[in-house]
Amino acid sequence: MKVLAAMSGGVDSAVAAARAVEAGHDVVGVHLALSRMPGTLRTGSRGCCTIEDSRDAWRACDILGIPYYVWDFSERFKEDVVDDFIAEYAAGRTPNPCMRCNERIKFAALLEKALALGFDAVCTGHYAKVIEDEHGNRELHRAADWAKDQSYVLGVLTHEQLKHSMFPLADTPSKAEVRAEAARRGLSVANKPDSHDICFISDGDTRGWLAEKIEMEPGQIVDQTGSVVGEHEGANAFTVGQRRGLKLGRPAADGKPRFVLEIRPKENKVVVGPEALLAVDQMRGIKVSWAGLPIAEVAAQAEFDCMVQVRAHGDPVPARARMEADDDGRQQLVVTLVDPMRGVAPGQTMVLYQGTRVLGQATIDSARSLSWDPAQVS
Amino acid sequence: MYLDHAATTPISAQALAALTHELSRSGNPSSLHGSGRRARRVVEDARESIAAAAGAHPSEVIFTSGGTEADNLAVKGLYWARRDEDPQRRRILCSPVEHHAVLDTVEWLERHEGAEAVWLPVDEFGVVSLDALRREIEADPDAVALVTVMWANNEVGTVQPVAEIVAAAKPHGIPVHSDAVQAFGQLPVSFAESGLDTMAISGHKIGGPVGIGALLVGRAVKLTPVQHGGGQERDIRSGTLDTPAIAAFAAAAEEVTGGLAEEAARLGTLREKLIAGVVGAVPEAVLRGAPDPQFEGKRLPGNAHFTFPGCEGDSLLFLLDLAGVESSTGSACTAGVPRPSHVLLAMGLGEEEARGAQRFTLGHTSTDADVDALVAALPEAYARARKAGMAGHISSIQTAGTQPW
Repeated sequence: MKVLAAMSGGVDSAVAAARAVEAGHDVVGVHLALSRMPGTLRTGSRGCCTIEDSRDAWRACDILGIPYYVWDFSERFKEDVVDDFIAEYAAGRTPNPCMRCNERIKFAALLEKALALGFDAVCTGHYAKVIEDEHGNRELHRAADWAKDQSYVLGVLTHEQLKHSMFPLADTPSKAEVRAEAARRGLSVANKPDSHDICFISDGDTRGWLAEKIEMEPGQIVDQTGSVVGEHEGANAFTVGQRRGLKLGRPAADGKPRFVLEIRPKENKVVVGPEALLAVDQMRGIKVSWAGLPIAEVAAQAEFDCMVQVRAHGDPVPARARMEADDDGRQQLVVTLVDPMRGVAPGQTMVLYQGTRVLGQATIDSARSLSWDPAQVS
Repeated sequence: MYLDHAATTPISAQALAALTHELSRSGNPSSLHGSGRRARRVVEDARESIAAAAGAHPSEVIFTSGGTEADNLAVKGLYWARRDEDPQRRRILCSPVEHHAVLDTVEWLERHEGAEAVWLPVDEFGVVSLDALRREIEADPDAVALVTVMWANNEVGTVQPVAEIVAAAKPHGIPVHSDAVQAFGQLPVSFAESGLDTMAISGHKIGGPVGIGALLVGRAVKLTPVQHGGGQERDIRSGTLDTPAIAAFAAAAEEVTGGLAEEAARLGTLREKLIAGVVGAVPEAVLRGAPDPQFEGKRLPGNAHFTFPGCEGDSLLFLLDLAGVESSTGSACTAGVPRPSHVLLAMGLGEEEARGAQRFTLGHTSTDADVDALVAALPEAYARARKAGMAGHISSIQTAGTQPW
């Protein structure tokens, strides 16, 4: 196969490319330039698309003996990832830009360009596994090393995208193994620190970065019954589950601390309430996609058992899910949790699993305790 | 198939012989003993050869590490010398199609040394406007520090009216610099006849090694040095002279200027064949830069430059590279990121058009076979690159995020 290896300049993508070469594929390395201002050097685990990363990717390709190119996706990245990130926060939601990048950049913009140029697949250093059944249909599964498993951030890939994806690190027992393999292969990135944080926020201060991009307007803080209990300086500065920094004058009737239950950007309101109401029983998801062919229950609109995960490094929890049409006939994914769970906010992605298999995902539109009707707050 | 001679051209046999011969000997040309004198003689012989090849007096040849250093030395050196003589001289009249060695130097002087850059307009072929130049000079001749316009453009090959530019500046005593890195060795270039004050040339564009070049500096020209040290090269450019590279540069210069007319005619004919072949293979391709089918000196004989509508230059480069044809998008890179060329934008092209740029440049090793290979590979490469270019804008892959809700 003709394989395009997306090379970030890190150790995972370098080893993934090496394995693709070793498997006999015709591999070309490509570094994605995502920043408009690439002239910076990396500090520690922060930053992306720096001259240093580009050079590291280049050196890895030299050692593997494959051609290397830099492709500029900065415009698409800005439109599809950065602007989307800002818009989601402005709408009171908590997005995951890495998933968005996988969905729209690595496995859309890059893949499309690769296919047009005659490649068959895009190879990355993600820890996840693609399995093909006897009919050539593909499934996405968790990686062998659950601690490094990245199937969550790939949960947004469709069957079409999976058909052209290659994740050679799938069966690696651990990250340490990958580093050792990199050292063995003479790849200089063997000991390069892992990258964390959001690549386009170089100092890691997401709040500060957002504050410059989103206009903040003072508004009301109301409780779960709709009574005004305080004022805020900008609804977007809050996150669901937050307790500190609410600066509420009067204590709650029961004297217990109050938490942010919901952010309503349209009304510029922040809803607070007792801790018990943070426990989510049910989530409704929009922008649903299936990682491979959807299971039979989906089309039948029947309920099915699954595990649901709502953040990249969160634990999966048992749930029942079904597809349901809303009043306008739009399909939504309704997920009811077996045990209530905290720390769920609209905008997050919920990924559904059965065993190691990723079924699909949806963006959480609402997440609530069934013991509280948000319509009480008008 | 190498079609990127403007980036660098293979070293000639004579230059390689001179280089290896001198590398095996030692001696600092500034030393006063026997081996120093021997090395000095090699350098001075080379200086005379290069001076003869460039139409200059030997004492006007200042060796540098290459074209970039020569441009920096000329632009900064002239600016500082002129401004120190008269603090009101701060304007630098400059073409917007200069190589980055000049462009970025001028911008640096703006940011750090109080210079004011005046970007002269160019026409659709990239030829600088003489009317605009005269207007800018006559508006306030005493405020002009220098004029800098390249001899021939490195991307689109357009030759500038250097004689007219000098004629406009000279009566006011304004010095003129020209970057002749691309022109030297391809066109008849005479420093003396041009009337220029400074002119940059480079070794590796003419079959010499990388890392050697020269700035020709008129004997009466005042230039403030950029690099200080042992006072070599008339105290204008300190640093131990690189005898082997200088000897090889001279060998290449002699060779290339000796057969210049015949080689220019050969390359020009091959270039016209390339242009006809490209346009025949891809009728949508647009030739950029000054057309010169009659070889009237409007364009570098080895340069052909096109924009290919609907595709990105880097896709085309990639596909041609895959097919064994080496070309260039013609524009400079930062961390390898291609940006639309400032030359094409100055010529009035839109960003979208400018992204589809591809430069093919011929040199001493080029043959009909190179052109044939390009013409054979181009139609499929263009079709694919176009498809990929579309992919960059309109997405055909439907995902969760492309749903209407």
